Amino acid sequence: MVDITLRVNGATRTGSPEVRKTLADFLREDLSLTGTHVGCEHGVCGACTVILDGRAVRSCLMLAVQAAGSDVTTIEGLAADGEMSTLQQAMWDSHSFQCGFCTPGFVMQATAFLGDHPDADERQIREALSGNICRCTGYQSIVEGVLLAAERNRERS
Amino acid sequence: MKLPPVEYEAPTTVAEAVGLLAERADEASVLAGGQSLIPLLALRLARPELLIDINGIAGLSGVSAADGQVRIGATTREYVAEESRTVADAVPLLAAALPLIGHEAIRSRGTIGGSLAHADPAAELPAVARALDAEFVVRGPSGTRVIPAAEWFEGYLTTARQPDELLVEVRFPAAGPGTGVSFEEVARRHGDFAIVGLATSLVLTGGVISDARLAFAGLSDVPVRAGAAEDLLAGERPSAELFDEAARRAVQDADPPGDLHGSADYRKTVAAAVVRRGLRAAAGNAAGGGN
Repeated sequence: MVDITLRVNGATRTGSPEVRKTLADFLREDLSLTGTHVGCEHGVCGACTVILDGRAVRSCLMLAVQAAGSDVTTIEGLAADGEMSTLQQAMWDSHSFQCGFCTPGFVMQATAFLGDHPDADERQIREALSGNICRCTGYQSIVEGVLLAAERNRERS
Repeated sequence: MKLPPVEYEAPTTVAEAVGLLAERADEASVLAGGQSLIPLLALRLARPELLIDINGIAGLSGVSAADGQVRIGATTREYVAEESRTVADAVPLLAAALPLIGHEAIRSRGTIGGSLAHADPAAELPAVARALDAEFVVRGPSGTRVIPAAEWFEGYLTTARQPDELLVEVRFPAAGPGTGVSFEEVARRHGDFAIVGLATSLVLTGGVISDARLAFAGLSDVPVRAGAAEDLLAGERPSAELFDEAARRAVQDADPPGDLHGSADYRKTVAAAVVRRGLRAAAGNAAGGGN
């Protein structure tokens, strides 16, 4: 066990995970933040994507102890006050999910990407989402949702 | 799968890390970005007793240019190199290859040194390092060694680094005027490992190829230079016929592996195709003056 302190969704959190525990399992089991989904557990599916110090990362490909001192945002951090983010609303409006298992990963990946690339076009969005696997939608509605969010962000600014 | 139980040390200096390696070399793995090592642990393909996490070592990360070289610290994240102006200007072949590594979230954590020390022969960075004759700086109990790329890659996931040595820096030569580059790869899906990849760097001097470098990924258990094609190209003017002949020579002695992603014959056909594509693209951007 190693004692760690980190920021998660704006709050300071502490824990004592085993070394072998991934950040994904620490978020889910120790902090009860089960919105981060664990799919393949070896970095292929993207379901466990969270934002770590401003960058999208696979939370199954790092140890919880490595996140000590970091600032982590999970899906639970996006609508903290009950109001969905622009991206979440746009994905809702575009029917960007079916079973929903992959959705948190897509939302976190797209949140990080749109933050850095507000003017992204469809090709860039498809590229950015290429590391996330969805077995239901065929991706079209997900891409449409992210494009709609980018458009709404631009209209607002 | 969940990771197996493992011990963990997070040294804060290179000396401390080398000390740990000297003590526990045979049972330790060095953890940098973890984008290859953590899956190996999850799949039980690697079973180290100890992880030596080098992410907290100050001074092991960063990009700098000096003496005609670009020096990249081992723990420099791939996205940092991808966004580096120095890399884009001075090592355009590396800049061309970086966006093809895995996916964005992988490049957030993955490191230049980690990928090159892991030495997957199908990965992009080993081919780039081999094409450019990069140098590998390792630190061990008896001091520092500089290992040329031609000697670094010894076999599948195997390098010249000794178990008690730590890779601390990789040095790439800065590209001169008239350099054109390209990284071509064929994969089933974007972000997958290449069935065949090719790093190409050409220098055009007065319309003539004065230096040609081609290194394949995915054709062998190490990245391999296409020496016969390089010899043919040197001193010639770019043309479609020349590139066709270079493609033929590049693959004539190749003996690629066959697996479920492609048979040996298919890999040779793809390899010839990426040579033609790579040479066209590299000659085009060398002649155009930009990269």
